[in-house]
Amino acid sequence: MTASTAPPSAPLLAIRGLSKAFLGVQALDGVDFTLRHGEIHALLGENGAGKSTLIKTLTGVYQRDNGTVALEGREIAPRGVEEAQRLHIGTVYQEVNLLPNLSVAENLFLGRQPMRWGLVDRGAMRRRARAVLQPYGLSVDVTAPLGRFSVATQQIIAIARAVDMSAKVLILDEPTASLDAQEVAVLFKVMRTLRSRGIGIVFVTHFLDQVYEVCDSITVLRNGRLVGERRTADLPRLDLVAMMLGRELEAAAHRIDLGPAEVDSRPPLASFKGFGKARSVEPFDLDIRPGEVVALAGLLGSGRTETVRLVFGMDRADRGEATVDGRAVRLKGPRDAVRLGFGFCPEDRKKEGIVGELSVRENIILALQARQGWLKPIPRRRQEEIADRFIRLLDIRTPDAERPIQLLSGGNQQKALLARWLATEPRLLILDEPTRGIDVGAHAEIIRLIERLCADGMALLVVSSELEEIVAYSRRVVVLRDRRHVAELRGGEVSVERIVAAIASETPNVAGSGAEVRQ
Amino acid sequence: MTLSAPGPARNLPQYGALIAVLLANWLLFPDFFAIRLQDGRLFGSLIDVLNRGAPVALLAVGMTMVIATRGVDLSVGAVMAISGAIAATMTGAGWSLPAVLAASLAAGLLCGLWNGVLVAVLRIQPIIATLILMVAGRGIAQLVTEGQIVTFTSPALAFIGSGSFLTVPMPVVLTIVVLAVTALLVRATALGLMIEAVGVNRLSSAGAGVNTPVVLVAVYVWCGLCAAVAGLIVTADIRGADANNAGLWLELDAILAVVVGGTSLLGGRFGLVLSVVGALIIQAMNTGILLSGFKPEFNLIVKAGVLLVVLLLQSPTLTLFLPRPKGARPIGTVKPPVAPTSGGAKP
Amino acid sequence: MSRKWVISAATAAAALFIGLGAVQAADKKLVVGFSQIGSESGWRAAETKTAKAEADKRGIDLKISDAQQKQENQIKAVRSFVAQGVDAIFIAPVVATGWDSVLKEAKEAKIPVVLLDRQIETKDQSLYMTAVTSDTVHEGRVAGEWLAKQTGGKCAVVELQGTVGSSPAINRKKGFDEIVAKNPGMKIVRTQSGDFTRAKGKEVMESFIKAENGGKGICAVYAHNDDMAVGAIQAIKEAGLKPGKDILVVSIDGVPDIFKAMAEGEANATVELTPNMAGPAYDALIAFKKDGKAPPKWIQTESALFTPDTAKAEYERRKDAY
Repeated sequence: MTASTAPPSAPLLAIRGLSKAFLGVQALDGVDFTLRHGEIHALLGENGAGKSTLIKTLTGVYQRDNGTVALEGREIAPRGVEEAQRLHIGTVYQEVNLLPNLSVAENLFLGRQPMRWGLVDRGAMRRRARAVLQPYGLSVDVTAPLGRFSVATQQIIAIARAVDMSAKVLILDEPTASLDAQEVAVLFKVMRTLRSRGIGIVFVTHFLDQVYEVCDSITVLRNGRLVGERRTADLPRLDLVAMMLGRELEAAAHRIDLGPAEVDSRPPLASFKGFGKARSVEPFDLDIRPGEVVALAGLLGSGRTETVRLVFGMDRADRGEATVDGRAVRLKGPRDAVRLGFGFCPEDRKKEGIVGELSVRENIILALQARQGWLKPIPRRRQEEIADRFIRLLDIRTPDAERPIQLLSGGNQQKALLARWLATEPRLLILDEPTRGIDVGAHAEIIRLIERLCADGMALLVVSSELEEIVAYSRRVVVLRDRRHVAELRGGEVSVERIVAAIASETPNVAGSGAEVRQ
Repeated sequence: MTLSAPGPARNLPQYGALIAVLLANWLLFPDFFAIRLQDGRLFGSLIDVLNRGAPVALLAVGMTMVIATRGVDLSVGAVMAISGAIAATMTGAGWSLPAVLAASLAAGLLCGLWNGVLVAVLRIQPIIATLILMVAGRGIAQLVTEGQIVTFTSPALAFIGSGSFLTVPMPVVLTIVVLAVTALLVRATALGLMIEAVGVNRLSSAGAGVNTPVVLVAVYVWCGLCAAVAGLIVTADIRGADANNAGLWLELDAILAVVVGGTSLLGGRFGLVLSVVGALIIQAMNTGILLSGFKPEFNLIVKAGVLLVVLLLQSPTLTLFLPRPKGARPIGTVKPPVAPTSGGAKP
Repeated sequence: MSRKWVISAATAAAALFIGLGAVQAADKKLVVGFSQIGSESGWRAAETKTAKAEADKRGIDLKISDAQQKQENQIKAVRSFVAQGVDAIFIAPVVATGWDSVLKEAKEAKIPVVLLDRQIETKDQSLYMTAVTSDTVHEGRVAGEWLAKQTGGKCAVVELQGTVGSSPAINRKKGFDEIVAKNPGMKIVRTQSGDFTRAKGKEVMESFIKAENGGKGICAVYAHNDDMAVGAIQAIKEAGLKPGKDILVVSIDGVPDIFKAMAEGEANATVELTPNMAGPAYDALIAFKKDGKAPPKWIQTESALFTPDTAKAEYERRKDAY
């Protein structure tokens, strides 16, 4: 395929009024999206914005309820990924959807192997595979299994496959999520080459720097609706963040001007210096003092969750050091953290939080029991006392403590998880999106609880996308962007506007002594 | 906490099936329940069911906990062969009974440790991890016996297989002891809770501070020990170690016993007693078929048919169509307590 | 090489080759490659051991390859023997089918093949020189005849079958049934599979005893192999009866443990399946090499019956071979 000879009259891809609902939930609501020839177009939005629904509708995984999709002026309605591919729409996911145990060549020609006398012509397949990969500067052994190569290489192979199958539209869904800087640079080079050949690329990412580095246009979705489409050059970062978070900001907030921060001189309970993990979160410094709520704010994928997972030992930091009460500690796993008096309610409650089949009682006493060790069982009566106390205290709605926790609503599951940690009387409680996916009543209760725990002298580290919520209970907010801690706001500095401004700031913003920025 | 899964209604298929199979045996063979004393030892078909069911019941006890952690141990049959081979060979070489028992049990423990480390530390899928020892273990046993049936004459070791304690055959006594010790170990400590937690959700359990590798290693070690005891029994029973045949395919019977006993292969809640009941159902069928005079060609078909019925009775899809006892609704909406107390209290 | 040439030259070229072989034999030792199944049972181990001992006796150089129960290993072994140019290949085939192509290779290399202890299924009988096996139907007959004679043709027999569907189980039952049919006073009252193992033999015998009025209704137990008989003896003892007296025990194979049981008066007879399969094969081979006399297609080993009077001596003689 060569660059388009004549300027095409119709855009490469025109989506108009696209709607899609699941079980009454409107995932996409009248969304427009335009992709031109030779354009890299960022598709952005926070959780639940509708990015993945848009992509899946485009590639035929879902069928649209309403709206039109036109490719070079011709209306299309693919009913599956293969049909979309035939219609010149190729997709490459973050987790490459090829077969790791087949060879590179087999993956490239899967389902369209060169045949000879009814058999796969392996020689031809290898030759063609090398030819296909050559323009990407990729000289790999095409007979080696795909799984042996890095994710970056696999992605480029997946791109090469899509392009070789004459894709005009290439959808890259979070391709850079697990790549390092060098790999990202290689990928961008490939993307730019494809752009020069007239291919339109839809680029989904959480990294704002990458958007500004490589994209021509930006479309922002929020809650299933189109917020707007802009040329990248015409859209300041702050406006972009505001679009994503759904806030109208005064012009004054564009300039970040933070007043003097109050300095807390009390010794920290837990202190992290240069703590970080490759491909997860850049090294950061973080102090947490008793009786304070430290909030982590940032866009989805900015490294908030990664930070708290390192602090709790769910993931192992590969650099930096941690001290608790001034003593160096090792955080090899959650057990170390629990022993230090940490507690952690993860973002994905179902997968990493609750033990679904077990009762509310067993879920509540699990952490306490684990800390005591299996040889010292908590007597049944004491278990019931603990469970009943927290069921009352947190108003966990369950007929009794013996009900399997999976039958409870999300909010009540979250409260039971809080109870699990409160039963251990933790010194530091880490909450990752504690109010996500729970009903309004429970939401308010959990915020009240956070405030109360803090007043009782517990230290809390909270990740939340709800900026108002953060502002309501935090005296200190660490702002993250692109896997870096970029700013720290304190006391009077904490406001929604300032958080947004810090997220959008182009040059890393140093506010307060606690903020540490690498490079 | 109960020894078995909660709710009497849930145990109904197992006990019902056991009683049904025993009654069927009685119909086929009227003297089925007749028991007399023979040389100070209970003697009768019902005793045979218990006695012959003992090895699989022992395996099932260990297997139950492995399965509760969402694992499986395919190596138990081979571990039986190893333990038996060591016992017979050492006895033949003149070692004393305590040394023989210690060595056999230690072999079972080591095998369990091997499986546990593969599963918990190296994170190999249990079915693959234990397949290694299933294949290699029998080879190890054959190495020990040099491919022969190693026989012994020591009455002390033979006592484990054919002796009796207060008229009850030793295999039955040993099974009861192992079952009781196991139940005590998991239910009088917090181990049972942790096994169930790890089986339901390993990630969540680890996140709550449960030492998941130790829990996993512990269940495989215990399973290996149970298999070693079973191996001692079958070896003592025939007064010889048959490395080729001892415990052959018994891992499948043990898994079946656990599943018939109602413990899900997806892990979580487990019932030790019910697994033993499962083993007895299987053995009652075996004994019944032997007594019935059916042609041996039909054995497996009859067995498969009965098991199918028992498993169907437990099928969630099928039970939807059956009348359900009150209060046993599996899924329902959560209603708030009558008078919810709101706020006020301090943590 | 054309097929026609091979066939037409079969006798002539063979004679030439044999002549050569005879010269070779005079000059150096005969080399025989033996593809053994494995060592899955005591009998199998004894077969291997005996093959070695008989080879030494005749000054034959025996190369043994253990296939570990896999036909593919046996095929590999045969190919390697062909490549080494041995004088003859012995195979104890693990399965009956799938041998044609590799045996053709041996034939083309003019290496005679002898099957030991099991037959194969092939359309082309010329692919092997001879098969040395026992007649398993005959074994059943010998056991039955002994029992009929011993009990005057009047006996209620319980039968412990081998693994369901296996050919020794089918044939040993068939031979025994022939004798039962000839004696109206003989009857098989119960028959069940004991899987050729001690443990199952014991378990099945226990249930037979219960089913037949505490064993009072049983005159004899006929086991398809000695291991099951040894298990049955224990079951009889534990039921408070005397094996060898209250219930006669007759079985097949002749492994050392049954001789021990006979010496102790707990078993009455066994029909030997001799582990010496290689001996007759060597003799046939040497005769063939010497004067080109092709042996019959089937060399049947002797199915000798042993009884307690010689048991002690036989046990002493055998215990080391196994």
